[in-house]
Amino acid sequence: MQPFTKYSAIAAPYFFPDVDTDKIIPHVFLRKPLSAGYRNFLFYNLRFTPEGKTKSFILHEPPFNKAGILISGTNFGCGSTREGAVYALTDFGFRAVIAPSFGDIFQANCLQNGLLPVVLAANVVEQLATYVSANPGATISIDLEDQSVTAPDGTVYKFAIDASRKEQLLKGLDDIGITLTDSKLIDDFEAAYKKKLAWL
Amino acid sequence: MVENLEKNAKETGIRHYGMHHPQQGIMHVVAPELGFLHPGMVVTGSDSHIATNGAFGAFGFGVGASQVKHILATQTVWFRRPKVMRVNVTGSLKVGVSAKDVILAIIEKIGIAGGNGHVIEYCGSAITGLSMEGRMTLCNMSIEAGARAGMVAPDDKTIEYLRGLPFAPTAEHWDNAVAFWKSIPSDSGAHFDKEVTLDGSLIEPMVTWGTCQDEACGITAKVPDPATFSDPARRGRAEKAISYMGLKPGTSITEIKIDRVFIGSCTNARLEDLREASKIAKGKQVVIPSIIVPGSQTVKEAAEREGLHEIFIKAGFEWRSPGCSMCTGSNGDRVPSGERCASTSNRNFEGRQGRGSLTHLVSPAMAAAAAISGRLADVRDFI
Repeated sequence: MQPFTKYSAIAAPYFFPDVDTDKIIPHVFLRKPLSAGYRNFLFYNLRFTPEGKTKSFILHEPPFNKAGILISGTNFGCGSTREGAVYALTDFGFRAVIAPSFGDIFQANCLQNGLLPVVLAANVVEQLATYVSANPGATISIDLEDQSVTAPDGTVYKFAIDASRKEQLLKGLDDIGITLTDSKLIDDFEAAYKKKLAWL
Repeated sequence: MVENLEKNAKETGIRHYGMHHPQQGIMHVVAPELGFLHPGMVVTGSDSHIATNGAFGAFGFGVGASQVKHILATQTVWFRRPKVMRVNVTGSLKVGVSAKDVILAIIEKIGIAGGNGHVIEYCGSAITGLSMEGRMTLCNMSIEAGARAGMVAPDDKTIEYLRGLPFAPTAEHWDNAVAFWKSIPSDSGAHFDKEVTLDGSLIEPMVTWGTCQDEACGITAKVPDPATFSDPARRGRAEKAISYMGLKPGTSITEIKIDRVFIGSCTNARLEDLREASKIAKGKQVVIPSIIVPGSQTVKEAAEREGLHEIFIKAGFEWRSPGCSMCTGSNGDRVPSGERCASTSNRNFEGRQGRGSLTHLVSPAMAAAAAISGRLADVRDFI
């Protein structure tokens, strides 16, 4: 997993509430191998006609086609468990999504793939979305160590993140390696559990 | 993908109910009916509707692909202790009102993000009055309220349901297992971070009119006017949804014409669901394309033993083989763009059932009523 430390990029606004995972990536693409790249599946039905022709959509328009930060509304990524929603965002080039809140499963999936979900107050997110809409190409900087977002106008906003998740993202550490350092604990639990619930 | 799964399962020695297995079907239908799920279990799967298993008092929550890998490698998964919400549905349900209507009424009340960060415990007389299959429908849609999981405390119905199933505890362990199951319901004084109460006797057969599951109302209501919504976020969303759905505020829900009907999905494709739909369909004729997709091979065969398939086929329904089908627009079962579908599935998101599809979520009996009416209809007029 690519570490996330400091990151500055063009921010693209797609400021709508409850952007669900079916919208982020339609179900039909989930069987595609990762190696094929998920870039073009992102927001597919919003970006392309059924015949595959390009539709007018903000992520097609320069400079937003080079955006690395997405700004969206409350409950971003609600819906299914599909990790393809995260792959589509990262393959497009996004490394962070800023929103007032996220769907729980989507947020967990982000953290497994080095995509940083940044929660800021709803009025702040709206201001950022309005600013980058009016000033295409404006960049936002995120400093994970400092847990801060610097807006294009220089204003700094702090955000909260779980301490262990922060550490993992900073180091780009894989969950499995960390867990296996506790393998004795797991084995002991499993033995006791099987004894207690002998019917399983 | 299907072949890869088969091959990988074989290589790793994982039990696989593949496409040609006699008990194959939707995981959230097959696992419970085989007795894989017991109270007190922690169950995960790469699908948000694993919450279905909360019907057994099991803690079932969906995980992404990376977490599945983590589970296979370590037998564990990281999960931050969630907040807990209690949803109390009092009284008893009126005739024609099912578990699907209860969960839609709950989601309408708390909103699609109302359960975010929480696990829900459903309780109250209207909930304990539900069958195990009804509880599965209820818990299945916990994620549609934003909750990773939803549970019902195990009781005698749970125990009787499990007795004798292929993967239930054997006779040797049965009494110990039952004693453990009876020990796990919440204490009477348990603290909940959030409490919600609904009067079950006031719940009507429900229909969604929008593109999120909280955009729902009773069948006797009218398409709402978003201008009357106090929450500005929900108002904006509703305006967009009503425009996408091609509806007009003030239209009676029962005036909405339907182009096709889908009865199926992990929410509503169990035997009881098919029985409820068959009671409405019996002796009638569908007037629009309508398909029934049982949740598993076991459900299909049980329904056929009762002759339900004959009722459906005579009424003009297509009687199909188990799978997810039109819930997700799988395997070519799509709702064509601009067509309106009364569906017993769980998501009415834009394009969920096929690009440009318009979905109205309803119970199985309501879906059957729509199939024979060609419009959204009040199932109570057919009882």
